[in-house]
Parts: sequence; C-alpha cells; structure tokens
Amino acid sequence: MKKTVFFGALMAAGVAAGAAAAATLDDVKARGKLNCGVATGVPGFAAPDANGEWKGFDVAVCRAVAAAVLDDASAIEFVPTTGKTRFTALASGEIDMLARNTTWTFSRDVDLKFTFVGVNYYDGQGFMVPKELGVTSAKELDGATVCIQTGTTTELNLADFFRVNNLSYEPVPIETNAEAQQQYLAGACDVYTTDASGLAATRATFENAADHVILPEIISKEPLGPLVRHGDDEWGDIVRWTLNALIAAEEMGVTSANIAEMSAAAGDNPEINRLLGTEGNLGEMLGLSADWAKKAIMANGNYGEIFATNIGVDTPIGLARGLNAQWTEGGLLYSPPFR
Amino acid sequence: MTTLTDPPRESFRLSMLIYDTRYRSMTIQVVAMICFMLMAAWLINNTTQNLESLGKKIEFGFLAEPAGYDINQRLIDYTSRDTHLRASFVGLLNTLLVAVMGCVLATILGVFIGVLRLSKNWLIARIMTIYVEMFRNVPVLLWIVLFMAVLIETLPSPRAFRGDNATASMWLGDTMAVTNRGVYIPEPLFSRPLGDLPVFGAFNISLELLLLVAILIAGLFGARVIGKRADAVQEATGDRPTTWYIQLGVVLLPLIAALLAMGFHLGYPELKGFNFAGGIHMRNSLIALWLALSFYTAAFIAEIVRAGILAISKGQTEAANALGMRPGRTMRLVILPQALRVIIPPLISNYLNLTKNSSLAIAVGYMDITGTLGGITMNQTGRELECLLMLMLVYLAISLTISGVMNWYNERVKLVER
Ligand SMILES: N[C@@H](CCC(=O)N[C@@H](CS)C(=O)NCC(=O)O)C(=O)O
Repeated sequence: MKKTVFFGALMAAGVAAGAAAAATLDDVKARGKLNCGVATGVPGFAAPDANGEWKGFDVAVCRAVAAAVLDDASAIEFVPTTGKTRFTALASGEIDMLARNTTWTFSRDVDLKFTFVGVNYYDGQGFMVPKELGVTSAKELDGATVCIQTGTTTELNLADFFRVNNLSYEPVPIETNAEAQQQYLAGACDVYTTDASGLAATRATFENAADHVILPEIISKEPLGPLVRHGDDEWGDIVRWTLNALIAAEEMGVTSANIAEMSAAAGDNPEINRLLGTEGNLGEMLGLSADWAKKAIMANGNYGEIFATNIGVDTPIGLARGLNAQWTEGGLLYSPPFR
Repeated sequence: MTTLTDPPRESFRLSMLIYDTRYRSMTIQVVAMICFMLMAAWLINNTTQNLESLGKKIEFGFLAEPAGYDINQRLIDYTSRDTHLRASFVGLLNTLLVAVMGCVLATILGVFIGVLRLSKNWLIARIMTIYVEMFRNVPVLLWIVLFMAVLIETLPSPRAFRGDNATASMWLGDTMAVTNRGVYIPEPLFSRPLGDLPVFGAFNISLELLLLVAILIAGLFGARVIGKRADAVQEATGDRPTTWYIQLGVVLLPLIAALLAMGFHLGYPELKGFNFAGGIHMRNSLIALWLALSFYTAAFIAEIVRAGILAISKGQTEAANALGMRPGRTMRLVILPQALRVIIPPLISNYLNLTKNSSLAIAVGYMDITGTLGGITMNQTGRELECLLMLMLVYLAISLTISGVMNWYNERVKLVER
C-alpha cells in the first residue's frame, strides 16, 4: 500500500511540473499583466522617472508587447534584474521576457536555453576614463584598475582584450551600474567598461560629463536584444514580431502622429495594411487581435521615435543612430517582411 | 472452585496504533518519516522533471573548461585561461583567508570588549555596552557596505599621490600607502630565496615560509622544554629560575639567523602608472569585509566572554585572593580556565557564523568562493544546480572542520570531573 501512495505522489508531482510549462501567452492574459525583466537603472534604457514610472529604450519594448497582448501599455510588472540575476529570473518563469541590454551570444542562446527574438541595439564594449588621466587609447591602460559588472559578457571580453594585448589590469567586480558609477566617480577605479551605449547613458548623469572621455576602441560585438525562454515558440513569435513591427513601422513611415489616420482604412500600401490589420489576418495567426501592431506602435511610437526620445542625439545621452539606422540608411536594422 | 483461564487474548486492532500508548509514538514516527520521504521524493522528482523539460542535464564537465574571467585577489597563480575549478579554488582560498583573519580579530576584540564591559569604570563599561548593542543589532550586510563606502569615499585615490602638488602622501616614512583602492604595505623579500615547492603540480608553497614556520615551531617547542624544566626546579626547590630571556632567545635567534641567511629585506610600494606597485596590496574589499565581519562577530563574542566570566562564582576569585594571588594570575590561572568551559561551545558557533557570513563578500566585490564558483562561474555557464550543490558542500566541509577542531579543543580544556 505504501508503494501506491508513493507512486501516486510522484505522478502528482510530475503533472504539476508539466503544467508549469504551459503557454506564456495564456499566463500573461490570465494575469492581466506582463512581467518584464529590465535593468536596475540605466538612464535612457531602463530607469524609473521622478514619478516612479519606468522609462527608457528597453522599457519601450516591454510596453509595446504589453500593448499588443493586453491592449494596455501600462499593464506591466517591471522586475529589475542585475547582470547576475537576469537569466535565473527568466529561466524560472519569474519574468515572461527580458529586455535588459543583454548580448545575444551562442552559449546564452544554445546552452542557457533562451531565444533571442532580435536585436534592438547593435552595440560594442567601450572604455570610459576621466579626462585628467590623459589617456587616449585603451592600449595605454596597462596597470589600470577597471570597474566591471559581474555576470556580463563585459568581464570576459575585458580579460581577453588585456591578455591578447599583453597588458595587466586589476578588475573590480561590481553588481549594478549604480555602484559602478559610485566607485568610478570616487576614483576607486580608473576605468569603467561596459557596452558603449551604457557608458554614454551613465556619463550623461554625471555632474561634469565633459570631464570624462569614452576611448575610441570598441573591443567587442554586443548585439543587444529582448529574449524569452526556449520552448514556447508562440510567445517568442509575439515578442519577435512586436519588435519587428516597431522597426518596420519606421521603415514604412508609420509614426505615432499618422498611425490613427493610416489605420482608419486600408491604404494603397498592402504591407502597411497588413501591419496595421486593415488587410489580412496576421494578428489572428499570432493569437492576438487584428490591430496588435497598431497598439504596439501607439504605445511609444516606432523604433525611430523610441530611439529619439530616449537615447537619441537630442537627449542628454546623445547617441547617433550609427549601426542602428535602417538598412535603407546604411544601418543594420532590417525587419523581415510582414507578409 | 474456579478454574484458572487465560485472560482473553487481545486481538490487535488497527485503532490501537493511535490509542494504545505502546504503539502511538511508533506510529507517529513512521507517519512523519513517510511524509518526509514523500516530500524529499517530490522535491527531487520536481527538480529532475523541470531540468528535463528545460533540456538541462546535471553534469560537472564545465569545471574543466577555461574560466575566461580574471580574479583580482589570488593567493595562487591564476589567469583567465585557467579552469573554472581552479577559479573556484582561488575563491575558496579567499574565503578561508578572510574567515581566518576575521576569527582572529573577532576573538581578540571580543575578549577585550567582554572583559572591559565588566570593568568597574562606569564610562568604559558603558562605551562597551554601546559598542555591543550597536554592532549586534544591525545586519552585518549593512556594516560591510558601510565600511566599504567609508573606505572608498574618504580615502585618497592613487591619483592624489601624484605630481608636485599631491594632496595625499604615504604613511610611516613612505613605507605604506593608504588609498581608496586598498592599503599597500611593505612585503618581505629574500635576496637569496630557496625557491618554491610544487604541491600536486597545482600550486607552489614558498620554501622560505615553510622553513620559517618550521624554525618557529621548533623554537616554541624548545621554549616549552625550558619552561618545563623551570617548573621542575620550582617544584623541587621552591625557587623559580628566571628563564624568559632564554626562552625568547631560543625562539627568536634561529629565526633571525635564518632571515639573515636568506637575505631578508622589505619591498616598499611605490606609485607606478595608474596604481601603486610593489608591496602587499590589501584590497578595500578585503579590508571592509574583514573589519565588518570581525567587529560584528566581536560583539557576540564579547557577550559570550562576559557570560563565561560571570558564570564563575565570586568565591573562586575570593579564594584565589585569600591565597595571595595577584588579580592577573587569578584571571589567568583560576577564572579563565573555568570560564573557557562555558565560552567555547558558543564561540564555535560564532566562528561558523563568521565563516558563513563571509559569503556576503560579493556585496563589496570580494572574490570569495561564492563570488567565483557561485557567482561568475555559475552565471557564465548557467549551471546553477551544480554550482550551488558544490558550494553547499564546500561550506559544509569548512563548517564541519571548524567545529571538529574546536570540539577537540573544547574536550581538552573541559573540566575533568571526578
Ligand atoms: N551586454 C552585456 C552587459 C550588459 C550590462 O550589464 N550592462 C550594464 C551597463 S549598460 C547594465 O545594463 N547595467 C544595468 C544594471 O546595473 O542594472 C551583457 O549582456 O552581458
């Protein structure tokens, strides 16, 4: 008799474990909220503003997905994650997606079992130093003390760069961007290294931003993008195509200013019609409403608008489009067709 | 006449398992055991199921892969091309280093504070009370972060030492530099070194150090023999020959001779490029963690010491005084040996606490084993379960070793009851 009870319990446990891996879309809809993992605080990318509302380039991706799925760009539970906690949070199901300047790498995709749905920022690792040190190239950093965030690609690139160039350095491992900033400003490290976009964002918050220079060397490729767990391709498709919708909208000239007018009735560009749901049934294929992409774009505008309001040249962060321009403008952004 | 019949044989009924006191405790234990096993089975099953649905297998092959990251404080040679296993080992040594340093300092501070808290001087006793209450009632993580923040924000950075109008200068005749990246102290160097002794081909132990330790132990042993002889003379004649200078000589002279023979000198830190070079670099993270853990644990040890001393009845002191013993000797020969009996068991658990608390190291970026194996390695390889299991085993082993050693010591100082 004891044996039956035992196996009964095992079976029950098995069923419970199986049920936990159900469709993310249904979970999100049932919950009425999207759990989105973001950074703990990188101005311009993900940071709460004075009213406690999350703002930023990565946050905008979360908002677009929430708008597409739940028709409410504010139905989001933002979960701040550090470089170390982000993957556990996603793998364990605590968050439905991660939009936290995370580099798409082979091992994260294949070994850690995540699906990167695309790239929302093409970046590379850079170095920031105080101007007074008089350093003009990363090759002059022999013997320097370098602040790095642990659990990132940054620390691996850094080790390789210094080894290959036969330079010595002293790493100071740090958990969050805010702590790194504090140590760097106090002079506890000579150099702060992370993604160049993160450096620009961090520098923008300094009192004397002009006293710090970002060195010309970019030592790695850091394609940053949102990611989801392996194993739920339907959910992965939703996040992927929401990102593509933002990018395609810019390419096709759909902006938050003209979208109401363009989506009122089918126009003469069939791809715009399909994107905005006035033609075809792309939304239905995703398991969403016909105007999902319209809602996603209306949340914060198209990719170009999101870039310009959060990190563009007219913001304190002042990043140029560079690689992140549309392919038609010589950049790398290239959304597959909506067809 | 009545015939004697057997009492009716009680047949066993199921309800007796609960109502019959002969069986009840057994029943409860069996049920509890089954519940426990079911729970364990469920946990294990759930884990394996979930790992399987994620497509992950438990395997430890990653430990042999190159780690790829650098570690700032390493007691053995390590580069980013070495394996994750070696990185874990570097972390383990860092854990042990801070734990040992912490236990030593915490004990010294704790004994001082505990004794001073019993002082008849009102002010001193009060100050010690404030110390104890302050440190033991604030979480140790906050102390660690606070110490680190103070070190970083108040001390000058190496830049401040440079140039003609330097705002900071070195201490103690330019032999020591105190910066917000750590403290640089002179290092021992040997102009006629003996070389290194490779252990298992994995790391090297310097022969100079081994030799010095051996000479020191021999010296201490010699001093003990001399002390024993003095005891014997005292027993026989009542007069104790003065031996302290001979004992001191036996310990120190061979050491000094060995140091001279190996060409001992100090290497001083000096400003080179971005940082000081030369000397021993005690990083901020180590200092902050060490001080915070020691000060925090010292508060607990002080209370233990105080309790231990108070546990010895006043009559013991009075009896010792009546025999004409001076207070110092009374403390050393009468009170402390008895108090130790009370002090040691809780002291063990405080040593264990300190060691386990050292896993908060990552808060200040100290690369202990939680920072390497349980931090960067875990994060870069994604092997959470494997890393955490290993980490738990390591801490378990450290803790069991400490408590084993301390229990052995406790056994030795325990009052032998007759
Ligand atoms: N792209 C790298 C590094 C990402 C990273 O950690 N960037 C920093 C600086 S931009 C950051 O996002 N910090 C956010 C935080 O501290 O919460 C990776 O994926 O490993």
